[in-house]
Amino acid sequence: MNILKSFQRRTPLGWLQLRHDRGRLLVALAGIAFADVLMFMQLGFQNALYDSNTRVDRAMLADIILVSPKALNLQNLSTFSRRRLLQARDIPGVQTADALYINNITWKNPQTRLTATVQILGFAPERPAFKLPEVNQQLDKIKLPNVVLFDRGARGKYAEAIAQVEQGKPVTTEVERKTLTIGGLFSLGASFGADASLMASDQTFLRLFPRREAASISLGLIRLKSGANPQQVAAALKSHLPGDVRVLTAQEFVQFEENYWKTASPVGFIFGLGTTMAFVVWVVIVYQVLSTDVNAHIKEYATFKAMGYNNGYLLGVVFEEAVILAVLGFIPGVSLPIVLYQFAAKATALPIFMTLSRVVLVLMLTLLMCMMSGAIATRKLQSADPADMF
Amino acid sequence: MNQIALTENSQATKTTTVIEVQNLDHYFGHASLRKQVLFDISLSINAGEIIIMTGPSGSGKTTLLTLAGGLRSAQSGSLKILGQELCGASANQLTQARRQHGYIFQAHNLHSSLTALQNVRMGLELHSDLSVAEMHERSQLMLEEVGLGDRLHYYPDDLSGGQKQRVAIARALVSAPKIVLADEPTAALDKKSGRDVVELMQTLAKEQGCTILMVTHDNRILDIADRIVYMEDGRLADEQINRL
Ligand SMILES: Nc1ncnc2c1ncn2[C@@H]1O[C@H](COP(=O)(O)OP(=O)(O)OP(=O)(O)O)[C@@H](O)[C@H]1O
Ligand SMILES: [Mg+2]
Repeated sequence: MNILKSFQRRTPLGWLQLRHDRGRLLVALAGIAFADVLMFMQLGFQNALYDSNTRVDRAMLADIILVSPKALNLQNLSTFSRRRLLQARDIPGVQTADALYINNITWKNPQTRLTATVQILGFAPERPAFKLPEVNQQLDKIKLPNVVLFDRGARGKYAEAIAQVEQGKPVTTEVERKTLTIGGLFSLGASFGADASLMASDQTFLRLFPRREAASISLGLIRLKSGANPQQVAAALKSHLPGDVRVLTAQEFVQFEENYWKTASPVGFIFGLGTTMAFVVWVVIVYQVLSTDVNAHIKEYATFKAMGYNNGYLLGVVFEEAVILAVLGFIPGVSLPIVLYQFAAKATALPIFMTLSRVVLVLMLTLLMCMMSGAIATRKLQSADPADMF
Repeated sequence: MNQIALTENSQATKTTTVIEVQNLDHYFGHASLRKQVLFDISLSINAGEIIIMTGPSGSGKTTLLTLAGGLRSAQSGSLKILGQELCGASANQLTQARRQHGYIFQAHNLHSSLTALQNVRMGLELHSDLSVAEMHERSQLMLEEVGLGDRLHYYPDDLSGGQKQRVAIARALVSAPKIVLADEPTAALDKKSGRDVVELMQTLAKEQGCTILMVTHDNRILDIADRIVYMEDGRLADEQINRL
């Protein structure tokens, strides 16, 4: 109550000071907003990177995934022997163990007739392999030879081809001098690693890669009987299977993919660096603004001290300014990225969008930063000594 | 927050001593650079008196005034303001002591981002339990008394030197302090406005019954003083001119 009352009585000195010099205020706000935008863009792209590159991984219909120990990520999986699937089926708790074939392939864009690289996923169409209802409803289509399903969210000029398929007219294209038919569509979205994905039957897949043996598979998708504990079954698989295959739970597999992009690829580092840079730019700008302001008012602050205002009061003024700058700068700083995200999402077909948690995170960071800059700037307040001033 | 009963000021009796200085020495610098600037100062000022302090440049007038105002801490001797000993006082006690008086500087020292009214209000905010509306009203009245009723919302940059100094006086007096300390308040002003400002201080002080200790070089305003003290080489001369 008392605090609230004294707050109401208080002259909003920080705000009045900032407002008095509009030019400086605008420049300061522009700087802070710029740093906010920079940070939002970095975080947005970073998140899109992790999100998009684990999209296929997350869509797999499996409790446990077998992968070659040489695998780096979804684009570089290497292969292992199909016999491991048979062995896996012996483990109690395992219901099914199916092969998934994955490879990049160069095809002719059916619309532009230009070559492009896409990712093709092959599996036995008798059973669903993905948690994608659209794919699972069209399994009959890909049972036909050389018929594939195509990703609506693909990056590149596919709009006309997609529209044609949607009208029920299959589109054909050419891959390795063989004709492929796009029989249907599903929605998944592009990733940093692949512009588009195709779903095909294992037979179609193997026909496209004649040198590849059916016995060397990319991934093993294991589904468990209901009630089986994935950790326990995974442990049993690990001890039962030889070392030429790695056993990961579905969650571990997504982490494995994300980890590659976070640590092994330079991309994660670059985004981390960018975010740090934005943070530093921010601190420098806000510190600069606040310390210039303290310097400009040092005589006035000394006068207030001579009148009996204490250091705490002046600290309050500097922090008041810091918070006002943070909040006012944040308004354009959060609005602009929302627009930019939409542009970027269109241009890259990546899942870039504003999330509430990111807004809160950046707001918290902004406030933290303004507090930090404020704390550094207030050291100058000590020199506001009324005795030496007059 | 420190509270002063504003009504009590006018009841201060002439016999009370409000400033009591005894054997005050003051030194600047440390070790080999240590230099004494005040020597054995003794001075006692009664409530309601107007004291003018003159003396050559560098004699220590400002030093004594800042000590009395609690702007720097007294080192040796005794310095009692309204009964409170400031010699050896803590930083916190000094801050509290500063709230007891109005200090008028040679320069106006107004805050450039605040209007005249807001500047005056700053002199009130620390002192009382007044509501925002009451603070506003009191500040406005004070500005009207110094003849700036039509300049309430002007920023210092838009006021003349004399007007600024009058705002500074309003800021120092708005909380009706028992003591006003003024360091060459007319130095930056021309003859006419200097005289006006001092007379204004005199009138207001008499109304509020407050004590004024003013440093000045300006011979033309000596007549408003009840008593004049003379400082030379850090010593107060005994010669005191009683005018009443
Ligand atoms: N902060 C300081 N550090 C060291 N010496 C100081 C300091 N302030 C003042 N002095 C010295 O103390 C002496 C008294 O200074 P003071 O400012 O009190 O004089 P004054 O009587 O007010 O002079 P003036 O009439 O010019 O204002 C001077 O010799 C000055 O050089
Ligand atoms: Mg002086």
